[in-house]
Amino acid sequence: MNHKRTGAMTTIQHTAASTSHETGKKPPAEAASHRGAAPKRQFLLDAAAHVADTGHRTFVNSALGGYYKSRDAQKARYRDWEHARDAASLAKWTAVNRLDELLEQFTSRFEAHGGTVHWAANAEEARSIILGLVRKADAKAIIKSKCMTSEEIHLNAALEEEGYGVVESDLGEFIQQLRGEPPYHFVFPCMHVRRDEISTLFHDNLGSEPTDSPEELTMIARRHMRQLYVNADVGITGANFLVAETGQISITENEGNARLTAALPKMHIALAGIEKVVANLDDLSVLLPMLATAGAGQPMTCYNTLYSGPRREGECDGPEEMHLVLLDNARTALLADAEQRDALQCIRCGACLNVCPIFKNVGGFTYGTTYQGPIGSVITPHLRGLADWNHLSGASSLCGACSDACPVRIDIHHHLLHNRRNAARTAPNWLEKIGHRLFVVVASRPWLFRIAGWIARHTMGLARRLKPPLVREWLASRDLPSPPAESFRTAWRRRQQAAAGAASSHRSQPRP
Amino acid sequence: MTDEPATTASPAARSSRAVILARIREALRVPAPPPHMLDRQLVTAAEPPTASQPDRGSGFPTLSVLPAEAGRPWLPDGGATPEERLALLTDNLEKLRAVVHRCGSADEAGSVVAELARSNSWQRVAFHHDPLIEPLVPQLPCEVVEVDGADGSDKHRLEACDAGISSCELLVAQTGSILVSSRLSGGRGLSILPHVHVVVAHTSQIFGTLGDALEATKARHGGQLPSMLSFITGPSRTGDIERILVLGAHGPKELHVILIG
Ligand code: SF4
Repeated sequence: MNHKRTGAMTTIQHTAASTSHETGKKPPAEAASHRGAAPKRQFLLDAAAHVADTGHRTFVNSALGGYYKSRDAQKARYRDWEHARDAASLAKWTAVNRLDELLEQFTSRFEAHGGTVHWAANAEEARSIILGLVRKADAKAIIKSKCMTSEEIHLNAALEEEGYGVVESDLGEFIQQLRGEPPYHFVFPCMHVRRDEISTLFHDNLGSEPTDSPEELTMIARRHMRQLYVNADVGITGANFLVAETGQISITENEGNARLTAALPKMHIALAGIEKVVANLDDLSVLLPMLATAGAGQPMTCYNTLYSGPRREGECDGPEEMHLVLLDNARTALLADAEQRDALQCIRCGACLNVCPIFKNVGGFTYGTTYQGPIGSVITPHLRGLADWNHLSGASSLCGACSDACPVRIDIHHHLLHNRRNAARTAPNWLEKIGHRLFVVVASRPWLFRIAGWIARHTMGLARRLKPPLVREWLASRDLPSPPAESFRTAWRRRQQAAAGAASSHRSQPRP
Repeated sequence: MTDEPATTASPAARSSRAVILARIREALRVPAPPPHMLDRQLVTAAEPPTASQPDRGSGFPTLSVLPAEAGRPWLPDGGATPEERLALLTDNLEKLRAVVHRCGSADEAGSVVAELARSNSWQRVAFHHDPLIEPLVPQLPCEVVEVDGADGSDKHRLEACDAGISSCELLVAQTGSILVSSRLSGGRGLSILPHVHVVVAHTSQIFGTLGDALEATKARHGGQLPSMLSFITGPSRTGDIERILVLGAHGPKELHVILIG
């Protein structure tokens, strides 16, 4: 029971196999999708299935209803929200464009306080650094608080493969871990799960009595987790901001689980992407409230905590060691694209998902990515390859709701267009190319355009009835309008003539 | 994979640092378009570099070069006078479902805490040494645990406490936050592990905005910041189940703020 290979947290052990389904037997880095099929095909299948599930969509939308209300109420407390967005945008833009300098400054100040910084060029390296630290600590039990970067590198699967039990302490992540699913939404991980499903899940895994009260369910998880915090030897967290000026990392949370994770175990490991750095401590006085308001409709999240190293002389508790793993994992590739560099300003508030009509209709799992929604669709092609993930650039109505919601003013919907353009340049679609060529030929010759229009008007009805390929796909979820009786140009000419006639007859009438 | 722990001392780790920094420098050689902003007036001190002026020198604008907007009149209000700040803080705390107790004196604060202990039948209460807290301890009708006592803080003992009493660095009216630190508020565990957190503070500790609070904290500790600084904004909460608010997810279910003065 005490040996790490048997796992100290037996209740969680049996889910290990199902948790790693996302990666299967393949090395985690190579698993393009948790579902096996080509990402695009799988996206279309999952989207179709999800769109048909109206019960699920209604459930997710009603869960978001409360968010819209509280977000609007909190935004109203800002004396000028748009001006605040300017400041937040400038703060993150500055940091991203001074990344090298600020990371070095951060590292030297962080290490001056007794912590250690590890640099990981890719997911594999980050996993091996963390495994090395966990071995060094001779960990019997690991407690972890919410960290999307760890999802990105498939950390839990790697730890479990080595025989380490790791428990997700954030309630939503804990529920997802028990269900053996990745997060559905990177801020609200289990927003798609109904309370009766959670009750059954807890009953089966923790032996609790069934209940339909969210409060009681939360207390079941709270009771289950308390001893785990106290007994864990290693705590793993993420980080929301790295403050270069002071060498502190900032962690935002509501539940208190990250506070406990960084307070009780003897080793604290934090994992963060290199883009999390900000220049000054003062930047947080804008970014922390805006993250909470945009992301969860709160004035501030419950706990915003700054850590600068292990327990210090004169402090009565805290870890003996603190390590920070800085992860690149293709972020520098995104940085190299100056046009889309602002996507690295993302503070992962999730606001763009919450307002996205596509997210609300296809759901979080359909994306098949660590980061869902509009921002995920922008960055995933950079992080994992445009060839396999370009279809996400089409998963947008280009309504711009995401860009409007973004507290740091990332030009999200234009970047989806940029990705489409880049994909068309690197891997052109021949059918589209021929189509466009033909259009140019026809549209630049009035006589040809007239003939083409005539043909179109006279065959549309037939196409509706016969449903040839291409038209068939269109008709599956849309209708073709009935063809007009005459071309626009004919109608326009007739209208002009009628107007001219009316004007001349008007002029010829005697004035009263 | 070797069994050797990876540390920054290993050559592999050193080279990753060099590799990543080199990739960043290479990427940043192409300047980015200027930041997306409605109001370019914000960037007053220095124009951001553009394609024609790609210098990444020290003339870069940062948020801190915007002191002209002291108080940041676009963020939520922080209150102009001590009275306004007190009223705003109290209002914000109550909206966050924290309980505020106003006390005229340390004596009165002592009886408030004793009454809390009695009415909730607390068996054990943790505290730390602080001039605001020590006078209250003798009045407590239960066992007390001193987290910064001779034998240090024992997390198992702390876990068994019904409540933790701590002081704080300061309070923020703008957001209703309480800033605790590992140096002045009894370490990291006291304000998060027990089921109830009682904060004892003096009204003179109230600041207007987060910006003021961060500035004051830096000034107080200088280069030796506490290893943990935490803004607590209401009792622990979660909305993970159907986005329905539940208090007391992992941290304290109740937050009492005792304001003296
Ligand atoms: S892109 Fe903007 S809105 Fe979306 S998660 Fe990032 S910061 Fe939030």
